[in-house]
Amino acid sequence: MKQYSYFPGCSVQSTAVAYDVSVRAISASLGIELIDLEDWNCCGTTAYSSIDRLESIAIPCRNLALAEKKGLDLVTPCTACYRTFERVNSHLRIYPFLKPKLDRVLAAADLEYHGKVKVRHLVDVLLNDVGVKDIASKAVSPLQGLKVAIYYGCLLVRPRVAFDDPENPQSLDRLLESLGAEVVPFPDKARCCGGSLVISNVGLALSLIAQILESAHSNGAECIVTVCPLCQLNLDAYQGMVNSRFGTRYKLPIVFLSQLLGTALGIEPRTLGFERSIVSPEKVLAGHLQEGV
Amino acid sequence: MSKNGQQIAVEGYSVDGYEFVEEIASEPGGESILSCAQCGTCSGSCPNVLWMDHSPRKIIALARAGKREEVLSSNSMWCCATCHLCTVRCPKGIEMPELMHVLEWMAIREGLVNGKVSAPAMQRTLANAVRRQGRVHELGLMGRFFLRTNPLAALKMAPVGLKLLLHGRLPLRAEKIEGTDQLKAIVKEAQAIGGGK
Repeated sequence: MKQYSYFPGCSVQSTAVAYDVSVRAISASLGIELIDLEDWNCCGTTAYSSIDRLESIAIPCRNLALAEKKGLDLVTPCTACYRTFERVNSHLRIYPFLKPKLDRVLAAADLEYHGKVKVRHLVDVLLNDVGVKDIASKAVSPLQGLKVAIYYGCLLVRPRVAFDDPENPQSLDRLLESLGAEVVPFPDKARCCGGSLVISNVGLALSLIAQILESAHSNGAECIVTVCPLCQLNLDAYQGMVNSRFGTRYKLPIVFLSQLLGTALGIEPRTLGFERSIVSPEKVLAGHLQEGV
Repeated sequence: MSKNGQQIAVEGYSVDGYEFVEEIASEPGGESILSCAQCGTCSGSCPNVLWMDHSPRKIIALARAGKREEVLSSNSMWCCATCHLCTVRCPKGIEMPELMHVLEWMAIREGLVNGKVSAPAMQRTLANAVRRQGRVHELGLMGRFFLRTNPLAALKMAPVGLKLLLHGRLPLRAEKIEGTDQLKAIVKEAQAIGGGK
């Protein structure tokens, strides 16, 4: 079993707890061992760089320093945490003058970081370490004909990622198709959901969310698949607010990739966190499964 | 304009713009302001441009013209969701969200933040939580943010919060890490050193 250091992140352990439980549930069946990074701290998110410049590198770097000692790739299912860690590594590469500064800051906390940690998004591990063929071969309960819109969002594929296209990503389409799902065309699959602007500028965020929901709905999707806790939160929890503001009647369940994979792998639906969804996916999924959800 | 001690001429700058641009360029991510060709691809790609006082391209033009107050008191950077659609399309390889973050930081530091913008209050609340506990407690974060900015807005958001609470997605208890002393040391040292060139 291949081992990884696992960084859940704050959202994945609260608003996106369904993501956490379903990732843990599928990992063993897929032959990957996720070892929790001990005493991890919040990555600080992209917001931190407006508050303090060096701190915005040093705070997430504490986690990288802890992970470096373990010598394993650092895997996170959270797209925002993934990007924040990638930013530390790319900043150290692009701005060499930051390295001695960071060394001094980390030394004050008895830590050191040599830039060696490979930061991976869960999707990268699933596609490139486990592989589509392997996952498909383990599926016992195919998602027969389930019409899915796959929402990649922003930071999984931007600003720089090696395994997919930044504007028209398709890697997950192949995975879901191999599990029997029907992937609908989804022009907004890599457009922005507004992220944390939903708190500080709700009008702006709601219009972005509405556009994404419309794009999926008008193409016949029965549900939207997501790989980011913030995307799931915005599209699921704010769907009601979108409906009352724009006079729409969307009722699109927003499920995590790991929840669907778990379903296809035949894992007991009760352990996949479906009950956490505000727009319930129960009916939609039940219609496509042998056993009820 | 001087870079690495060498005088360089950059097209499109006013003399007033030199000092402001130099300050921006000394922060990681800010140096890209020197290479912008003003093609406007960023503005055409931005999903939030219609909410901005000035488009991303114009923000760069204004900064180069030395319009410090106009730039730093605008709402433009606070509308950036860091989606990086502009970054992957920019022919000059500029990471516009990084530049926007530099401007946000300068606006806060110089007390020029647009009064209608509430994002800085949220970011400060978040940073303080991380510094104190090492984790973000979403319920506490939202509570403090709305108390700081607009308690009435909290009423509008209450139904969403309640739904999350009822679905077990907003834990009541705040978590705290063991290594808060390490974080304290990191924060103290980082603030003393600064992140610029």
